[in-house]
Amino acid sequence: MLSLGTGGGKASKASFVSYVTPEEIKSEKEPPKKNKHPELLPGEVVFCSANPILKFTQDDQSQRGVFGTLLCTNFRVAFVSDEEEDAAQHFKNRLYGEHDIPLMCVDSIYGGYDDKKKLITSGLVKNKSPNKMIIHCKDLRVFQFCLTFTKEEDARKIFQGIVHHCLEPKSLKCVFAFSYSNIPNPERWATTTFDSAEDWNQEMKRTRGWCKIVTGNENFELSQRLPQVFIVPKAVSEEDYAKFQGLGLPIWCWSHHTGCALFKASSVPMLQEDTVAQAYMERMLNDVAQNHLYSVKTEDLSETLPSIQEIQLAYTKFKQFFLIDNTTDFWMSDVKWFSSLENSGWLDIIRQYLQKAVEVVECLEAENTNVLIMEEDGTDLCCVISSLVQLMLDPYFRTLPGFQSLVQKEWVAGGHNFQDRCNHLHHKDKEQCQSPVFLLFLECVWQLLQQHGPGFQFSETYLTVLSDSVHVPVFSTFLFSSACQRVSSIRADSPQTQRGALSCPAVWDWSVQFDRKAQDFFINPLYAEKPVKVVKKSHRPKHQRQLSLPASAFKTPSKKSFFKEETDSLKKMLRLRRISRWMLSPDSPQPSTREFYEAWLRKPLDYHGLLLPCLSGPAIRLWVQRYLRWLPEVQVFGGGAMAVISRLSELLAQVQELKQQLEWKGHRQETNHRGVPAHLQPAVRHSSVFPFASSRNWSFRPVIPTNVFQSLLVPDSLADQDDEYTEVVSLV
Amino acid sequence: SRSDRSSQAKPASAMSSDSASTNELSPELRVIRSLKLYFYETFFFMKKMSFFFACKYLAKDVTYICPFIGALRGTLTVTNYRLFFKCMDRDQSLALDIPLGVVSRVEKIGGTSSRGEVSYGVVCKDMRNLQFAHRQPDDTLKKSIFEVLMKYAYPISNSLAFFAYDYEQIFPENGWKVFDALAESKRQGLPNESWRISKVNDHYELCDSYPSTLVVPVTIPDEDLRRIAAFRAKGRIPVLSWIHPETQATVVRCSQPMVGVNSKRCKEDEKLLQAIMDANAQSHKLFIFDARPSVNATANKMKGGGYESEDAYQNAELVFLDIHNIHVMRESLRKLKEVVYPNIEESHWLSNLESTHWLEHIKVILAGALRIADKVESGKTSVVVHCSDGWDRTAQLTSLAMLMLDSHYRTIRGFEVLVEKEWVSFGHRFQMRIGHGDKNHTDADRSPVFLQFIDCVWQMIRQFPTAFEFNEYFLITILDHLYSCLFGTFMCNSEQQRLKEELPKKTLSLWSYINSQLEEFTNPFYVNYSSHVLFPVVSMRHLELWVGYYIRWNPRMRPQEPVHQRYKELLAKRSELQKRVEELRREVANKAASLTSERAGSPTRSITPVQTFV
Repeated sequence: MLSLGTGGGKASKASFVSYVTPEEIKSEKEPPKKNKHPELLPGEVVFCSANPILKFTQDDQSQRGVFGTLLCTNFRVAFVSDEEEDAAQHFKNRLYGEHDIPLMCVDSIYGGYDDKKKLITSGLVKNKSPNKMIIHCKDLRVFQFCLTFTKEEDARKIFQGIVHHCLEPKSLKCVFAFSYSNIPNPERWATTTFDSAEDWNQEMKRTRGWCKIVTGNENFELSQRLPQVFIVPKAVSEEDYAKFQGLGLPIWCWSHHTGCALFKASSVPMLQEDTVAQAYMERMLNDVAQNHLYSVKTEDLSETLPSIQEIQLAYTKFKQFFLIDNTTDFWMSDVKWFSSLENSGWLDIIRQYLQKAVEVVECLEAENTNVLIMEEDGTDLCCVISSLVQLMLDPYFRTLPGFQSLVQKEWVAGGHNFQDRCNHLHHKDKEQCQSPVFLLFLECVWQLLQQHGPGFQFSETYLTVLSDSVHVPVFSTFLFSSACQRVSSIRADSPQTQRGALSCPAVWDWSVQFDRKAQDFFINPLYAEKPVKVVKKSHRPKHQRQLSLPASAFKTPSKKSFFKEETDSLKKMLRLRRISRWMLSPDSPQPSTREFYEAWLRKPLDYHGLLLPCLSGPAIRLWVQRYLRWLPEVQVFGGGAMAVISRLSELLAQVQELKQQLEWKGHRQETNHRGVPAHLQPAVRHSSVFPFASSRNWSFRPVIPTNVFQSLLVPDSLADQDDEYTEVVSLV
Repeated sequence: SRSDRSSQAKPASAMSSDSASTNELSPELRVIRSLKLYFYETFFFMKKMSFFFACKYLAKDVTYICPFIGALRGTLTVTNYRLFFKCMDRDQSLALDIPLGVVSRVEKIGGTSSRGEVSYGVVCKDMRNLQFAHRQPDDTLKKSIFEVLMKYAYPISNSLAFFAYDYEQIFPENGWKVFDALAESKRQGLPNESWRISKVNDHYELCDSYPSTLVVPVTIPDEDLRRIAAFRAKGRIPVLSWIHPETQATVVRCSQPMVGVNSKRCKEDEKLLQAIMDANAQSHKLFIFDARPSVNATANKMKGGGYESEDAYQNAELVFLDIHNIHVMRESLRKLKEVVYPNIEESHWLSNLESTHWLEHIKVILAGALRIADKVESGKTSVVVHCSDGWDRTAQLTSLAMLMLDSHYRTIRGFEVLVEKEWVSFGHRFQMRIGHGDKNHTDADRSPVFLQFIDCVWQMIRQFPTAFEFNEYFLITILDHLYSCLFGTFMCNSEQQRLKEELPKKTLSLWSYINSQLEEFTNPFYVNYSSHVLFPVVSMRHLELWVGYYIRWNPRMRPQEPVHQRYKELLAKRSELQKRVEELRREVANKAASLTSERAGSPTRSITPVQTFV
């Protein structure tokens, strides 16, 4: 029996009553500690530690757990078990272990006071320190540490230390990436970073775009909002580049093979009768249109899509369903599961974003209009929509290197404000800017992936890992608020003045986190690779797209066609109409997306052509792997999607191996049959959460729901009826 | 495919004549101008070596009001087996091909429209409703095609024979031979020192809804069984369904004991349950699972039924599994149909789904089966399962538990045996629950009990995608022919009736059809985990509505390529891969034999994606 004193710091000795002193526990239970620290990363420093700490195992209420040391470093909160760890982990992250939490990954901390739990919001804990610490992580893990077995002073120190380093505002320079040093590895999947004009040039060539590259922003002379290199319509004049600090400037995203293109822009704040801004916007629209002799459709996304605040609100509700402390809560929430899911609104937001992306695709694919999407900053909703559009239209972005390049192009080079959206630095005034916009994008990608599996080279495991990596403070990719900040941070921090001298890697260097074997899980074994054509000219990934829907297949009633005369009239119309009105009410009715989808559905499916998502209620599903992977109650032992992948991989590995044996024919000969890698053998049964949470020892007993049986309320009249009253006359 | 099978048959000769019929039309319909109705007298359908008769009625200019596409004009044909609508519009290639067995109700909707058309609604048992409009014949003697439809859709009500008796397709396999009670017992190692095969029900005298072959404890003589039959509802005594090959723990099924309000006891029944427990040396306990909610079980005492008291059955523990009755299930499915057909309300999909309670019922059934399987496997304890009569919920529970426990039932043939054994031979009242050929669509005895079982199996397939030899299409095919009345498999209510009707002689088995084209129904990812027990997760988080069945009529939810098509291609891919592996292996072996040299270090290997050019 242990009881904690009310020690607020002074005179704690007198109030501490314990039948078993912490020292006794230590001496009885603990093997000689030699490995108290985890393997520290280069540049990692331990701030504080405490021992013994009891870490509860999550899968029951019996308050069982393992003893070990809890540490807080400048990179993570780490727990080192006193017991021997199961070494055979197939999907080990090289940066942090199963019981470690990168500081940025901490979502919230609760203090447990006996049977109450309280959300901790600041590092100053005035009252008695809690006897239990519950940490909810952004990757949805839940940790519970019991602090009562260690010295009270140590317990308070570690608690306050963790709270301080995880929740208190900090400067960018304190992020671990700035202390971490790493020798860059050759990337397994070559990713275009879009740092240089050459990358943009190649991309424009690949898509056969007709715009011009602007390189005058190398040192952000034009605008800090704009990337170093960007592409605008040919007609945009140089003096317009920085007229409104880059606001309103249509930035090219991607060109359709028919020649029309997708542009994005931040909107110019327009006051009443602000003729300069109106004239400017009108000119920009003209430039977008005229250049291609196409009509333009424009849409202010912030008016039609849920805002970043709504996204944040929905996700905050949604994630609570997965941050579950105990089994009782789990089964309680199981009863109203579907309506809870619906009430969070998260799935509906996913649907709306996908729907909008399909509308834009329709404009490009079926109507051959240029599209300009806009929003306030041009780096949130625009990024989601433009990347989704490209993913649906361009099969290159559905390969793994292509997808990484897309994220670089639209999100990293495009200047998405990762820092504030994730609130990496815990600034209180940035809290209302926090919003999981990038996660929303990955969610939408996952929906596409689960509907059209063979169309994607990467797996859902890849997406899950990518969503986790956002909160690992090692990578430059997701750390900064803008391209400008990224470039200047790297330059300022480096002793050399050369670019890229800051040695923090990009997330795409996957070998920083995973060994090669683990990286194999990133590949979707069901991917239908494009049959290789014999003639191959360029070594660059070719823009291989097929026209899956001939434009003529669609009735485009009353649509503007794409010829010069009409564009002229459009220009006239533009001059006549007030620009804001034109933008608010596009002259054509809402695109008949449903018709477009159904017409597409009737065509034979081409995984290397256009892929559209089904948006019907049952088609938008829960990303089971990401959200349920840590919950012991929902582990399907011996099942799950991984079982299929293992089965496929097994066959493939066999073929591969035998091929190799053949290649060595003649001089070398392999006699011992090395079979399939052990972790992929079908005889080894995994649970559905494999490769995550794999090293735990789950019981073989099934999980019997606790409270379901009383939950069903049915009309009494029916429930009370008998199955049969009468003897039945044979009817045959 | 199935539906093509008999439509390939071509009429050898056709003569048309007007149909003659009694005059039952309402006055306003008499004015309607004539619809040309062709009545082909009987004519020959020729197919391979077999000839059989079919009646065929055809109506032109019928409008099918499709809830997804809109009104479509075309030709409607009704035969003694099917309803066939072919759209004649140029840009639509729609065809409906529906066995009359799925028709639950045909009703006239409203009066005659200004165009002289009358609307008919056809409510189907497979989660869809159809609506047609056509002109009524002005000749009052002529019969509307929908009246013809009603006649042939309800052979029982019209004293006609089911089409299954006329169906003469020849299959290379005889599905009636799939299940043999003695062979299945033998597979399970029965009889053994504790269990014997009793012939007491050889002529269905003990229990007319039970099979003739029963497995009972050695220590209980047939005399006692007769007394027990008087004590158990409908004479459905406790008999063995499954025995664990290692622990000898058994799954035993029966109906409720007739204890009534006076807590009647039966010495022989108590002895039997004790014998069941004694037959398993591993455990000194017996679990009795009563599928019903305890309230309902108690209420049954008023009608003479009830449940085992712990006083009378000393070492038994009684557990209620809270599965609701057939009426609740029927109502739940009705609500589900409202939610999914024809249109889905996107923004409230999940809460609407929840309000039907359908998945909650599925969850409770699966949870019950899981508890049974857990007791048998982990607890090494024998279990007795019953509900009221032991032919609905009991069949669901025992068959699902057996599916979890025994990998044999997860093969195609094994599953067929499971259905034949636990459902067909043990007297699940298919005729009554489905209402084959019976126009009384409001019959309170109809209930989707078997559908729920198949749904549960589908949930398990989803959770264990490599553990089953069969695929989703196999389950859909079973459900389609549950209603189609093309095969004799799901006709009648008991083994006794089936023998009396000579179904095995006069009709074909669904398994003949399925086993003749196994590749259609094979899961390409199947791995034979021979000794593995499957414990599905019965949380709502892992249960999902079976879109491929319940929402398959919605074109927006349909995958571009039918699921089974994809499966087939994957299977082909797999066998191609396997062939390559074999070839390579042989080649390597040849090389190894001809060459001798030392080995080199192992290469690094990476997994490359499969190239499924599909």
